[in-house]
Amino acid sequence: MKSLAELAAIRDKMKDKVILREGVNNTRVVVGMATCGISAGARPVLNAFVEEVNKENLNETVTVTQTGCIGICQYEPVVEVFEPGKEKVTYVKMTADKAKRVVAEHLKKGNVVTEYTIGNVQ
Amino acid sequence: MIRSHVLICGGTGCTSSGSAKLIDAMEQELTSKGLQDEIKIVKTGCFGLCALGPVMIVYPEGTFYSRVSVDDIPEIVEEHLLKGRIVERLVYNEAADTETHATSLNETAFYKKQRRVALRNCGVINPEVIDEYIAVDGYQALGKCLTELSREDVISILEKSGLRGRGGAGFPTFRKWMFAMGGEGQKYVVCNADEGDPGAFMDRSVLEGDPHAVLEAMAIAGYVIGANQGYIYVRAEYPIAVKRLQIAITQAREYGLLGKDIFGTGFDFDIDIRLGAGAFVCGEETALLTSIEGHRGEPRVRPPFPAVKGLFGRPTIINNVETYANIPQIILKGADWFASMGTEKSKGTKVFALGGKINNTGLVEIPMGTPLREVIYEIGGSIPGGKKFKAAQTGGPSGGCIPASLIDTPVDYDSLIAIGSMMGSGGLIVMDEDNCMVDIAKFFLEFTVDESCGKCTPCREGTRRMLEILTKITEGRGEDGDIEKLEELAKTIKATALCGLGQTAPNPVLSTLRYFRDEYEAHIYEKRCPAGQCKNLLRYTIIPEKCKGCSACARQCPADAISGEIKSPFVIDQSKCIKCGACMDTCKFGAIEKK
Repeated sequence: MKSLAELAAIRDKMKDKVILREGVNNTRVVVGMATCGISAGARPVLNAFVEEVNKENLNETVTVTQTGCIGICQYEPVVEVFEPGKEKVTYVKMTADKAKRVVAEHLKKGNVVTEYTIGNVQ
Repeated sequence: MIRSHVLICGGTGCTSSGSAKLIDAMEQELTSKGLQDEIKIVKTGCFGLCALGPVMIVYPEGTFYSRVSVDDIPEIVEEHLLKGRIVERLVYNEAADTETHATSLNETAFYKKQRRVALRNCGVINPEVIDEYIAVDGYQALGKCLTELSREDVISILEKSGLRGRGGAGFPTFRKWMFAMGGEGQKYVVCNADEGDPGAFMDRSVLEGDPHAVLEAMAIAGYVIGANQGYIYVRAEYPIAVKRLQIAITQAREYGLLGKDIFGTGFDFDIDIRLGAGAFVCGEETALLTSIEGHRGEPRVRPPFPAVKGLFGRPTIINNVETYANIPQIILKGADWFASMGTEKSKGTKVFALGGKINNTGLVEIPMGTPLREVIYEIGGSIPGGKKFKAAQTGGPSGGCIPASLIDTPVDYDSLIAIGSMMGSGGLIVMDEDNCMVDIAKFFLEFTVDESCGKCTPCREGTRRMLEILTKITEGRGEDGDIEKLEELAKTIKATALCGLGQTAPNPVLSTLRYFRDEYEAHIYEKRCPAGQCKNLLRYTIIPEKCKGCSACARQCPADAISGEIKSPFVIDQSKCIKCGACMDTCKFGAIEKK
């Protein structure tokens, strides 16, 4: 180690890998991963969220996690976004591609992708 | 891409309750479910709740699972890691009466009152991977010291922070370092990891959970006093701590964070480990240094103090593991941050190993000045079986007890000294109404008699005489004048023993005499042990009115001391009774009485 810059580089590279353990993030993306969700294709959706959030460097503010059955199995895969101080947003019939758009528009820019939300489908 | 981390405790406590097997089972299960690239298993240091081990935390949710067995692993993987459904039955539930129990460890009463500074990375990072330590700002403090701060700057930060030695005596750290700054030539930095108090394991947990923090602080100390060599004196009975230290030193050397020309500043510093064979006296600083030098671990006269004439006759600073673990944080977050915690004269936090009659046995870190009541009833989860709190012993065999009447005493250096106990290195043993205080004093004295190195007479002979008197008292042979003899011996030993071990050895006797003199008197004058612990003073008898004559006790008695006719009251032959209590445990009718 010949300089502080080297140390900082290792820290920055590693930070993403341990940040998950802090659990203080503001926004939570919750993917329904019960049997119904998984059979409807929730796994690729979950993976797409995790990858996109990392790619867009949002992992300090966004946590991706799973949950059980929410009770609207016909709309699975269901994804809910919880932001502090805001009404939760429920996305339904999600796919990996839709997940990418939600990350790009909703999580990054703050614009809810209305056409995927439950109100739009019902 | 990793979406979840499973942290499994690899500290000594959880390792002995089987955490290594859990890690293997978890790896297999993840692979069979195809999750190995999404879920990462991290072997960490101690979380603190050793009584509930093996423990595991799943992030990002922060779900805390306790007493996990290998059989639970498939369910955790299938339900939680795959489907996101928390396995409720394994979640740590601290109080049965709370309806909405916390699923995250941070929300439990055990953690809420804690402030983790020395333990901040324990149970968070993998101690065997230096990159994880660097990710949580590791070695930044060393970098800052070497490139931005002068030696005097560091001293003044430590002075303002108010940091005092965590090994027991509470000597201001900056002053110790300042003494060693002057003069030229070879100097040494030593870490005292010879943790010997019965029931204490604070230092072990820091070394196991965050070894790099200690290495970093020692390098900072080396920079300040002008030393290029450090030694960690750790007992060989801590194999996991030793192994992790070795790994940490190797990794730090590979990164050039130990060795020559650190950060290109021209500063050289390296650290070696010295293993202790487990003698309690080697935790005394001069005996420790003598042992590193290759001699029998015996203390030497102070002054000269180690800061002037220490290891191999050279200026040496010697600090405790926990003291070092605080230092990188103080440098990074500032003296004011550290001084904002604690009381006027005791700053920061202190780690305690909770043991004895308490529900949450384990490791806790609390701000200085936290009342003992909070430690026992809130963090510690109170006394098992609804028993009454009687006293707490702090400072191990050098300390004293805090009786129930003083339960609101703030836990800090000066308040504890004022009531005749001491902070000590952090063992906190809780006693309930079933503990006999004379027996407790005898237990600690037995320990010091065993561990006395024999170099000076007061400690070698004096403590043995005290133990003889205590044994006499607990065996019912106590006589008038014994208490006075104990007090006189104690006074002499305190005044004349060579080292800290001897000077403090009488403390458990003096402090139990101070608060529980009536128990000593009951033993001596009434031949009675109020707590029902001292076997020779006990009598088990059968209450004829309650005895149904079932003979269950007689069949259980290993000494054939119980006899009688079926369906009529049995009797115990006192001359044969060995007072094991088996009859009392067996009797379904509560017909056996212990007095």
